Amino acid sequence: MGTIVEISGVNKLYGTNHVVKDLNIAVDEGEFLTLLGSSGCGKTTTLRMIAGFEEPTTGTIKVEGESIEEKEPFERNVNTVFQTYALFPHKTIFDNIAYGLKMKKVPKAEIKERVLEMMEMVQLTGFEKRYPAQLSGGQKQRVAIARALINRPRVLLLDEPLGALDLKLRKQMQLELKRLQKKLNITFIYVTHDQEEALTMSDRIAIMHDGVVDQLASPTDIYEHPATRFVATFIGETNIYDGCITSMKDGVATVTLENGAVKVGCDESFSILEYATVSVRPEKMRFDKKPHEGFELIAIVKGYIYVGSVLKCIVSLPNGNELRIERLAGQELPEVGSIIYPYWEPKDGVLIHNDSYKIFKALDEIGLA
Amino acid sequence: MAEKTSKHEFRSNTVPALVTVGPVAVLLLCLVVAPLILVAVMSFCSTDEFYNVVYKFTAVNYTKLFSVDYLRIYGQSLLIAFVTTVICVLVGYPFAYLIARNKTKWKKLLYMLVIIPFWTNSLIRIYGWRAFLGSSGWLNKFLMMLHIVDEPVDFLYKTGTTVLGMVYCFIPFMVLPLYTAIEKLDSSLLEASSDLGAKPLRTLFEVIIPLTASGIFSGCIMVFIPCLGYFFVSNILGGGNTDMIGNLIERQFKSANNWPLGAALSIILILVTLLLVKLYQKLGGDMDSLGV
Repeated sequence: MGTIVEISGVNKLYGTNHVVKDLNIAVDEGEFLTLLGSSGCGKTTTLRMIAGFEEPTTGTIKVEGESIEEKEPFERNVNTVFQTYALFPHKTIFDNIAYGLKMKKVPKAEIKERVLEMMEMVQLTGFEKRYPAQLSGGQKQRVAIARALINRPRVLLLDEPLGALDLKLRKQMQLELKRLQKKLNITFIYVTHDQEEALTMSDRIAIMHDGVVDQLASPTDIYEHPATRFVATFIGETNIYDGCITSMKDGVATVTLENGAVKVGCDESFSILEYATVSVRPEKMRFDKKPHEGFELIAIVKGYIYVGSVLKCIVSLPNGNELRIERLAGQELPEVGSIIYPYWEPKDGVLIHNDSYKIFKALDEIGLA
Repeated sequence: MAEKTSKHEFRSNTVPALVTVGPVAVLLLCLVVAPLILVAVMSFCSTDEFYNVVYKFTAVNYTKLFSVDYLRIYGQSLLIAFVTTVICVLVGYPFAYLIARNKTKWKKLLYMLVIIPFWTNSLIRIYGWRAFLGSSGWLNKFLMMLHIVDEPVDFLYKTGTTVLGMVYCFIPFMVLPLYTAIEKLDSSLLEASSDLGAKPLRTLFEVIIPLTASGIFSGCIMVFIPCLGYFFVSNILGGGNTDMIGNLIERQFKSANNWPLGAALSIILILVTLLLVKLYQKLGGDMDSLGV
């Protein structure tokens, strides 16, 4: 497994608008990589630069070790599945799927064979003579995928391909896409703003924020060890606190928050007196009727939200901040208005550097810290 | 209850309909329907020796329409209109594409380049061409100044000159529907085509032209039909050598003073137009894009 797409030092500016900032991503062969982020974070621009519809302002993009800046989109060995499907409305489904092969001047008999095989793979057999307008959203999506995959690209670029489908269909297509990707062993670069979609399908996720990749890691790593405050809040639900590290011992830091001290696991990159952020997932939160050792948090139960398999307990801290604590339905619950003492296993909390870390490092370099 | 319903119906339909559509209907009746009936009636009349219209049924005008001279002019009209249409497509399409796909600040300027002549009186513009092309016109002066020619070249009064004037007059009618069609073209389709390995020229023939065919089609109708009836371009630039159906009609009403024959010619022109529009509809053309 080597690197198939290498993006190094890529910047993209529209006028003075800096949409992609010093991007470095190496995509492995056969990998399902997702670019995840809210709209305007530069993820689609990145995808379009790989496809060749946009040119990087600076930096290089290599596909299979070959620089592709000079190549037009029609010369690149990558194919795109567009957000709006972009099916040719005047061509039948057969002709839509056959388009890429026709452009490559593949013999007619082979085109027919490959198109029919591809249509079977995406479960569209029998739709050859229809036009895109006669298909449902999910079917159009399959045509768009088939039309791209039939060219056997080394890399398939997918720009929010499931965005227009309803929830049920989206779930189904997610699994189908993943199945196709494994079966054909094609590298997928997938753009989405849907975190659940990203977590379900990806081998690795690159979380983009304001033109920068905040974290590039496996879904588990991203969820359990978010690298930045943005990642922690963007993926899943979390309780987040800012505080100052007051002591560190055996890989556990004591962080003093506005509402009291807590304990959280940490590594050597942190130092005493650094301002840092603590993130704890609701399902990792515990509470007790008496204070827990090392934790000075005290809270009042405000209410419950029922979400099926679990109950979310909303509690309020003295400074008014709310915390969410997940309980399995059926567990014994304190009454609304009662006082509880929240805590967690130190290893379940995540300590995150925030912007003050950069300032701290800068001061350290000039010997002031 | 029944009374209430009928009262309601009266209030919701009849009065507003009369107030809104009524005046327009009256106007159309007076200015379109009545004159058309008059033309139709007159086409079956004849004239006396003092060129007064005699209101007595005769089909003599229609038999005259099939004389060899007239048939030659119909043929010539159709040919000129056809050549004009073809040139308009060939020139108008790249230009319309340029404007529609332009993302720079020049877009508006280019668009105005089409619209401003469109707003200017075409008679004046055609006279402008005569002044420009005439034997002592600017073009000849320029050519002689550069010693490319020694004597003024006879540009005027040729079929080509008429076609040039026609193309000049009608190009906005071609560019505007084309512009609309090309503007509507989803750019992701062009990207998809390129992404799938099509070179620009393939994309043009596989995607762009098929998807803008309706624009080409309505542009052709908008050029071809009025072209048949235009008379002053061939009058001014063709000098009577390249008569169109429009010239025949004009002459009957003016110098020949034979209104019934002119009316019959007009009826023929109207029928040809209707036939072409019908053909356009049959081939799947959209009436809205003709502005009808």
